[in-house]
Amino acid sequence: MAPKRQVRVGNQWMNARDAWHALEEARRVTLDEERRQRLHDLPFIRKYVFSTDHKVIGIQYGFTALCFLLLGFCLMILMRLQLGWPGHAFSVMKLIGEMRAPGGVLLPEAYNQLGAMHGTIMIFLGIVPLAVGAFGNYFVPLQIGAPDMAFPKLNMASYWCYFVGGVIMLASFGYSGGTANSGWTSYPPLSDIATHGQTFWLFGMVFLITSSLLGSVNFLVTIIQLRAKGMSLMRFPFFVWAQFVTSFLLLLAFPPLEAAAVLQLMDRLAHTSFFLPSGLVVSGTPLGNAGGGNPLLWQHLFWFLAHPEVYVLILPGMGIVAEVIANNTRKPLWGYRSMVGAVIFLGFMSFVVWAHHMFLTGMGTVISAFFQTTTMIISIPSVIILSALFISLWGGSIRFNVPMLFALAFLPMFGIGGLTGLPLGLATADLHLHDTYYVIGHFHYVVAPGTIFAMFAGVYYWFPKITGRRLNEFWGKVHFWISLVCINGIFFPMFMQGLAGVSRRLYDGGIQYAHAKAIAEQTNPFMSICAIGLLCAQVPFLINFFYNAILSILGHRNEIENQNPWQATTLDWAATTSPPLGHGNFEVMPVVYRGPYEYSVPGAATDWTPQHVETEEAPPTGGGMLPEVAVAQREM
Amino acid sequence: MTAHADAHHELEIPYNVMPRPDTGVYNAKLGVWLFLASEVMLFGALFSSLILLRTGAPSWPVGKDTLHVLPATVNTFVLILSSVTVVLAWANLRLGNLKKGRIFIGITLLCGLIFMLIKAYEYNLSFEHHHFPSTNNFFAIYFTMTGLHGLHVLGGMIVFTYFLTVGSKMWHKEPQRFTNRIEVVGLYWHFVDLVWIFLFPTLYLL
Repeated sequence: MAPKRQVRVGNQWMNARDAWHALEEARRVTLDEERRQRLHDLPFIRKYVFSTDHKVIGIQYGFTALCFLLLGFCLMILMRLQLGWPGHAFSVMKLIGEMRAPGGVLLPEAYNQLGAMHGTIMIFLGIVPLAVGAFGNYFVPLQIGAPDMAFPKLNMASYWCYFVGGVIMLASFGYSGGTANSGWTSYPPLSDIATHGQTFWLFGMVFLITSSLLGSVNFLVTIIQLRAKGMSLMRFPFFVWAQFVTSFLLLLAFPPLEAAAVLQLMDRLAHTSFFLPSGLVVSGTPLGNAGGGNPLLWQHLFWFLAHPEVYVLILPGMGIVAEVIANNTRKPLWGYRSMVGAVIFLGFMSFVVWAHHMFLTGMGTVISAFFQTTTMIISIPSVIILSALFISLWGGSIRFNVPMLFALAFLPMFGIGGLTGLPLGLATADLHLHDTYYVIGHFHYVVAPGTIFAMFAGVYYWFPKITGRRLNEFWGKVHFWISLVCINGIFFPMFMQGLAGVSRRLYDGGIQYAHAKAIAEQTNPFMSICAIGLLCAQVPFLINFFYNAILSILGHRNEIENQNPWQATTLDWAATTSPPLGHGNFEVMPVVYRGPYEYSVPGAATDWTPQHVETEEAPPTGGGMLPEVAVAQREM
Repeated sequence: MTAHADAHHELEIPYNVMPRPDTGVYNAKLGVWLFLASEVMLFGALFSSLILLRTGAPSWPVGKDTLHVLPATVNTFVLILSSVTVVLAWANLRLGNLKKGRIFIGITLLCGLIFMLIKAYEYNLSFEHHHFPSTNNFFAIYFTMTGLHGLHVLGGMIVFTYFLTVGSKMWHKEPQRFTNRIEVVGLYWHFVDLVWIFLFPTLYLL
């Protein structure tokens, strides 16, 4: 060891190392005091309600979105009760009002409303805000080493637009004519002549689209402009890449739906005929509109949004799964560069596959052939990403904690969802399958045990970052295993129903049709019981979540030990405290020296080398410890 | 006192005013370009709808017979003029001349106002001839697209009004940032102008 150097502090000499630590401690305390003071000065409403801090906005998004997910799920429980036991009276149905379920028996009109609102709420109010608004908002700035989003006020506006959109959607439940009832796709001409619930839906959508537009501009500028020093593109954690591509999709795919919503609003309010053909007769009376419109125009505009939207739903989930897998295999991701290439290619291709949702409309074989080809091509990058994640497991010493269990379950579940999509991308097979439960099974496998499991992985993985407390592992495993079994019990029989030709829009689940009666009666009650089981499985999660969240708010946090409980390398864990500083995130802006997943580097002191640590031999630093401290310690 | 306290809370976001060396732009400039990309998709979807409706229709009215070309032509020149004046406003601010900059912002705002008044007059002429959005799909798309474009003009006018009044206080503290803001709103204004350059021949002349 080198001879101890002496430095002069004030008017006394002391050991250089002790002086360094004292200074470090003094700086830390001062910064912390300043931060507390700054936060203390803010009034409550600016701190927690109209906050411009990306972390508070992220939590607002997350909480609102989780509430909407639960609401959307409860709507589905009502539908599943009806499908499992058609025409039976259930006292729980009375919750949605006598006019929708007289005597506890759901009316067909109300079933349509529940269906439309389930889809809308789950997609536009639940998963997208959770995946992008919550996880993106909270962790993208942390992972790239930015003090906040590029436009904090726009960020706040984005959340409140989303909130208003959600309120408008919810308000339609209280409206006497009922909510939108033309499906989440709102196909005209039905949606053009539907009750006023559809107008609520359209206005709600305009707000939601505005929200995601503001959000996506913000994300893109943040990622491009606010990267920390040394954070080159190939040093991004995969989650950041996924959010980057997602933001491009939101930016460019949502405006055509906005245009379509404007046109449909004109149809409904100014009596134009954009989507209404000539000579339309409704309930025996001619509609008396000018005509000449084209219902397929809506479908083109809608799916031009809604196919990229599918990737908006899945990419952030893939990003979370990649983070969790790299962390818990203690190994770099296999094929990081191919994964980045694949995700960019996926983004481009998602704009040229939309009409595979429309094979049944009789577009003509040439156009169908084009979209079949692009659809087959787009499966390649998805397979690359999934394969890379699978191969990443190979040879790792895997830690089977709760986030990892959810991430591992994502892989085969998304695999099933993706592979069952191939027959739907081929026009010939699609003609048979399109209007059946097969389609419902396919996209629910992608989105429910796929994306939602990835979201749960994210919640369990990042909960300690946000609150300073870990969620209980045992109850997390209870939540995981029951959910995994039940969710497959719901969606797997849908493939069997679909192949048997059971139509997907039937109020009684298909028992009125001879060809569908047998399989519907065999499977529907079982699926409904599984749905109720899935609901029950969320109870331990909710208790676990709120118990720990409330304790954290009350100040019960494991301040020191729990800074980086997963021993992760990315900046969000390694360079900040848990929870991070209120404004500014980092005590000192980090400098990035290496790629995102340097786990088990040969010769390194520990099996994880954080991105902001300059040399591999440095001792493992606690969360929030600064690279220069580590380096200084090593040199002394 | 409060203003000072507020400024203290304001977090310093990097590259808010000066460009980031490796990307060459400041945040808002990149932001507005991305926003305009999404606007291209919005109007692109509407132009595509117009093409689809028109090619699918057995007959389609010719714009110059049913619409009022003269006021629209005047409007085209008014908007082109305003695009010039907004650049002059920015150029003068860059040279440090707030007074001239404000005059040109004012002229731009006035051009926007003239455009909206002529547009209102034109709508009125159409209504007098009993041409409404519900008349046929030509008028439906005409009113929708020009209406949405008008809303964009109105949005720009609100922003210019802000910069002409309370917004110009920023000049005294952060002249560079204020100049940037005019540049950014100028980019938006050019886009709105460009949309009209496409709308005018497509709806009125073809």
